Amino acid sequence: MARVWLFGKDVNTDQIVPGRYAPYMLKNEDDLRKYPFVEARPEFASTVQPGDILIAGRNFGCGSSREYAPLALKMVAIGAVVAPLFARIFFRNALNLGIPCFTADLTDVLHDGQEVELLLDEGIIVTAEGQRIELPPPPGFMREVWASGGIVPFYRTYGRFPGEAPA
Amino acid sequence: MAAQTLSEQILSHAAGQVVKAGDVVTVQVDLAMMHDSLSPSIIKVLHQELGAEKVWDRDRVTVVIDHVAPAASVQTAEHQARLRRWVAEQGITHLFDVGRGISHQVLVEEGLAQPGMIIVGSDSHSTAYGCVGAFGTGMGTTDVALVVATGRTWMRVPETVLVRASGRFRPGVSAKDLALRAARILRAEGATYAAVEWHGVDFLSIGDRMTLATLSIEVGAKAGLVPPTGAAAHLMRIPAWLGVQPGASYMWEIDIDLDQLEPQISMPNFVDNVVDIRDVGQVAVNVVYLGTCTNGRYEDMIAAARILNGRKLAPGVRMIVVPASSEGLQQAASDGTLTTLLAAGATIGTPGCGACIGRHMGVLAPNEVCLFTGNRNFRGRMGSPDAQIYLASPEVAAATALTGYITHPQEVM
Ligand code: SF4
Repeated sequence: MARVWLFGKDVNTDQIVPGRYAPYMLKNEDDLRKYPFVEARPEFASTVQPGDILIAGRNFGCGSSREYAPLALKMVAIGAVVAPLFARIFFRNALNLGIPCFTADLTDVLHDGQEVELLLDEGIIVTAEGQRIELPPPPGFMREVWASGGIVPFYRTYGRFPGEAPA
Repeated sequence: MAAQTLSEQILSHAAGQVVKAGDVVTVQVDLAMMHDSLSPSIIKVLHQELGAEKVWDRDRVTVVIDHVAPAASVQTAEHQARLRRWVAEQGITHLFDVGRGISHQVLVEEGLAQPGMIIVGSDSHSTAYGCVGAFGTGMGTTDVALVVATGRTWMRVPETVLVRASGRFRPGVSAKDLALRAARILRAEGATYAAVEWHGVDFLSIGDRMTLATLSIEVGAKAGLVPPTGAAAHLMRIPAWLGVQPGASYMWEIDIDLDQLEPQISMPNFVDNVVDIRDVGQVAVNVVYLGTCTNGRYEDMIAAARILNGRKLAPGVRMIVVPASSEGLQQAASDGTLTTLLAAGATIGTPGCGACIGRHMGVLAPNEVCLFTGNRNFRGRMGSPDAQIYLASPEVAAATALTGYITHPQEVM
């Protein structure tokens, strides 16, 4: 099972990865995996497990354009991020990297540390207690990008951008 | 044809068809900006993942070394050396190296950013280009790499939030106060996925317009545009199809009366946590920091120098001035502004981003309090997560430097 990491609203990219821990500043780029929420939640990076999900309040990922914020989450293999509203650059970066983002407010439904399972294809979260939570279906183009594994493989496969008519 | 917002006009022109808010379009980009901090990863995606050998247009891909300039470590120095080699290999025309200044300010000074353009930067404050009526937007590594490879990008045509100013600033009040006031009303997410248009600011300089445009991202905006009209626009190349169209539809309209506006302070740790200066209380500061793409320009240094003129910083207060560009620094040097700042006890850094993202040149210690003319006061932004950052105008910065606590400019003018 995966666990829920619960966050409040307006979680900004400086909280996800402070600028001082950018790959640009590190000797070894792979070290980025040590720094998601390094100051906001110091226990996160060392205890997060692949497939864990982030449940957050409004405006998740506001602030900088730094793609290394969602990249750090990808490096620790976050299963999905669920928030009622995403800051737009974060949302795009996460889509480009193939990190599933669902637009829903589950901050009052799930609690921090709760055990859950994410059924990504069906868009359902099942709690250890057996509660089934349906996530709003993402637009078709987002599923296409996820299915390709991100925007770069998508572009290389189709030679076009999402939503663009095939040449 | 229905009346269009500035964003709809620009994206329609670029898409070659009439588009409206909500449409998803693929457009030709006019100018791309990449800076030192993200260039290594952009170049990696470009060559290793996309398999592109050359940038799409060597005249339209600009590179600026501003985020850690000059280099602060062997690590960043190596990245910058590699970046210079790459720029040479690619034959890129516009490299602005250490000391030239902050990307946004430099591209505008150089006349590369022009009204009606679509400009994509590897930096969230690329909304800055809205100061000349361009559609400037920030994107991450992968999106910018795609732009640099193909010259194109895709996006949703944004709705628009209209901020309508009326009247004139009172003494000691300036564009930063208007921007923070708007953030106070719209809040951090008020313009998410939308554009902001700033009307009623025809009298402002391009620099003041950039203050408004850079702060637009802090309310979540994709772009922040000031119509290219008024005296400051007389040197711009304005396309005939671009201009405010009466009847364009806005998702939210707010009015701000400049005659009533007080200096605004953004309290730690959120940009939209804004109050009138009189409601701040007695806040002692350790550092006054004047700089960034939001308020580090020549006119900001002048505004501070007017207040500091002939006086000294309060004991125990450090004042760090990091000009937004070498051009601004030169102007300040030639007309005595710099001398005034130095005589007051301020120190001057290399033009660039400085300590704005807490990497060098004035990083804060735990429990230090900073009065900052920049655009973000997030926890840990300028160094220690236990430092406190208050955002304000250059006028408030100077007044605060004189007294040692957050001060209304009129108290010392
Ligand atoms: S000055 Fe600060 S906000 Fe502006 S581009 Fe540099 S780091 Fe970003």
